[in-house]
Amino acid sequence: MKKLITIIMALALVAAVAIGMVACNKDGDAEIKQLNMNGVKTDLTVGTENAGSPIAISAIKVGLITLHDENSTYDKNFIDAFKAATAELGIPSSNVIIKSGVDETDACYETAVDLVDQGCNLIFADSFGHESFMLQAAQEFPNVQFCHATGTKAHTAGVQNYHNAFASIYEGRYLAGVAAGMKLNEMIQAGTITANQALMGYVGAWPYAEVKSGYTSFYLGAKSVCPTVKMQVKFTNSWYDEAAESETASYLISNGCKLISQHADSYGAPSACEQAGVPNVSYNGSTEASCPNTFIVSSRINWAPYYTYAINCVVAGKKIAADWCGTIATGSVELTAFGATATAAGTAQKVEEVMAKLQATDSTKINVFDASTFTVGGKTLEEYVADVDDMGDFVPETNVIIDGVFYESIGRSAPYFDINIDGITLL
Amino acid sequence: MRKEFKHEPLFHISKRMDISTAQKWIIRLSAGILAVLVCSLIATIFTHNFGGFFKSMGSGTFGTAIRRWNLLEKLAILLCIALALTPAFKMRFWNIGAEGQTLIGCLVSAICMFYIRGSIANPLLLLISFVGSVGAGMLWGFIPAFFKAKWNTNETLFTLMMNYVAMYLVTFFISFAVRSGSGVLGYQPFGHLPLLQIPGLAPTGQKFLLTVILVAVLVVLMYVYLRFSKHGYEISVVGESVNTARYIGINVRKVIIRTMLLSGAICGFAGWLLVTGARFTVNKDLVGGDGFTAILVAWLAHFNPLGMLLTAFLVVFLKQGASQLVTDFKIGKDYFGDVITGIFFFFIIGCEFFINYRINFKKRTVKAAASSDTENPSEGADEPSAEAPTLPEAEAASEEAVAANREVE
Repeated sequence: MKKLITIIMALALVAAVAIGMVACNKDGDAEIKQLNMNGVKTDLTVGTENAGSPIAISAIKVGLITLHDENSTYDKNFIDAFKAATAELGIPSSNVIIKSGVDETDACYETAVDLVDQGCNLIFADSFGHESFMLQAAQEFPNVQFCHATGTKAHTAGVQNYHNAFASIYEGRYLAGVAAGMKLNEMIQAGTITANQALMGYVGAWPYAEVKSGYTSFYLGAKSVCPTVKMQVKFTNSWYDEAAESETASYLISNGCKLISQHADSYGAPSACEQAGVPNVSYNGSTEASCPNTFIVSSRINWAPYYTYAINCVVAGKKIAADWCGTIATGSVELTAFGATATAAGTAQKVEEVMAKLQATDSTKINVFDASTFTVGGKTLEEYVADVDDMGDFVPETNVIIDGVFYESIGRSAPYFDINIDGITLL
Repeated sequence: MRKEFKHEPLFHISKRMDISTAQKWIIRLSAGILAVLVCSLIATIFTHNFGGFFKSMGSGTFGTAIRRWNLLEKLAILLCIALALTPAFKMRFWNIGAEGQTLIGCLVSAICMFYIRGSIANPLLLLISFVGSVGAGMLWGFIPAFFKAKWNTNETLFTLMMNYVAMYLVTFFISFAVRSGSGVLGYQPFGHLPLLQIPGLAPTGQKFLLTVILVAVLVVLMYVYLRFSKHGYEISVVGESVNTARYIGINVRKVIIRTMLLSGAICGFAGWLLVTGARFTVNKDLVGGDGFTAILVAWLAHFNPLGMLLTAFLVVFLKQGASQLVTDFKIGKDYFGDVITGIFFFFIIGCEFFINYRINFKKRTVKAAASSDTENPSEGADEPSAEAPTLPEAEAASEEAVAANREVE
């Protein structure tokens, strides 16, 4: 027995040494980089740089890895776009492989290897957590192209066959926010609520930049038409948890939220809104069919343009951009049709007007993250250092506010706006 | 006499005492063949392609070099966990915590890889993660064993709950270490097991080869340990009867704790192999139920380490083949794979019943004799008299045998 205790003590000591090694970490360097304004490709033209030999469209084999299946609005959005783009390009359906329900674990690597094994030339993955495993597979198979949506590492990884893509969805969410603000204004004018009761609720998945950028742009959109609006945000810590999303939405409603939006992938939040009769701004696609009385509008990323672009690159034997960001102009950022019942009068014209201003190049141009439209701790930001170059150290290094504008999705396609601004309460 | 037969059921079950090894294997083999047939028929309903079932199952496991290596690696890990369970189960210590004991080993390996990174030489990092993982596995085995030995707590519940503790520790580590808030610990580039080169077979180096070799060595060691060592004998005696063990002077507490330390250590080792040799990351589902499947593997092989090779192969083959079937025929989610695996094990486990028991159907001759009794007494006269006393006698005899067997146990 004594011997045992000695052994256990010795093991504990080794563990302590191992943990002690944690302590010797490097101190971060203080140098701040300027934002690279041309870091991301934003159009659909196939480049000129060669990468491998051309492949006939009838011979190319493409694979898609998705986190959940079509029951998730997020993954359905990818799967539908993938099917549409490959069908439009004329790729035989036997050469289009979709692997759904692939977790954000080494299962992603294994699936990617399996797709390579089946002869795929080009492999897409759809979830943030897939990234490191896609990168691992890309390094092992340099002759296959790997494209990862929402990732952050491609522009610094230096792996030639690994690519990231996203879209300026913060613009879409801003527009959806305008529609939400119009609805709140309508309620205030009708006298159902006072201007100070204009409180929105937001069901978020995980507390990181992609979600924070999304809800902040949504809030700023609403605030641009309804200046007194406030917002409460609560996270579910899951991308897909129907019960938790539904509960969170109900909780926010009981907190006095008059309108709900979400960035999570099930029908949980919209359905809870429909039940409670609270208007809902959705995401990833219209939920009007199941929520006819409360659905206002939904923003979504249309991935078909990117799929078409990437496949065209491989067919032509050209290099796919390391980092690509779709826009309203490329057809990547879309709003669905407005809900017939819940939408406030005049919303469509107002949204169209704001959309034109977002795309303008003259003095009417507005920026979603204009630093003059929000404060942090009561102060206007003049500089903000964000972790644009994801080296795995979580150390921010790039100033992203230039001349009073926070430039989102410019240094890399994936969002890096992770500031907690005034007016938004995290629960 | 004759009255008893009126109430004789359609069939009755009796314990088999005298089944030969050949007969056992004939029953197992026919169960296997029957299972394949049923699976293929059910698959045909969905695929409309009878041959496709066999083709997919084969190609999913043996189709390409990558799949063959995947098969070997998965087989090695499952076998390693099954080996870890064997001494505990032989001792009748129902350790259903292999999942947690392996996972905690995985966690410690991943922690070492994540925090130490490239700051020290790779062999040293591997050594640290090895000692840490095995130690953590031992600790996870020791805690329930200590409570069992000291206060006779229920080890089944205890080990089961330790699984959840391990899972939540993993979740805690990830939320603590991964500051992006995405809840995913990515691929870790440092602290991998080295690639081994084999001329001809894997000239550029095979990452799973070392794992396979290490587990193969472990199979032999465990076989020798259980079969020929004093410890192995003590484990058997404690398993058969604690009182006998006490009587012949075995320190039962010591054997329980020592065996669980060994069991946990091998589980931790499996976790180390899993993370440093194949997965290079950790998440709460990394072991993926292998800790429970290993119980099945060990039990079906009657705790014979060499037999486990076969049962573990069967499990991995089914999983990999069924997942290929799902992909090839676009049946949708992986549920169908589970259906195939489920049907298979239904037959394989079910056949053990027929090995241990005999089903005696109501003898037609008896019935015929009873009915013909009035019509034709001369013909049935000698038959029932020869048959009648034997049945109840046999039943009584077999009941006695069962009772005797229980006592032995």
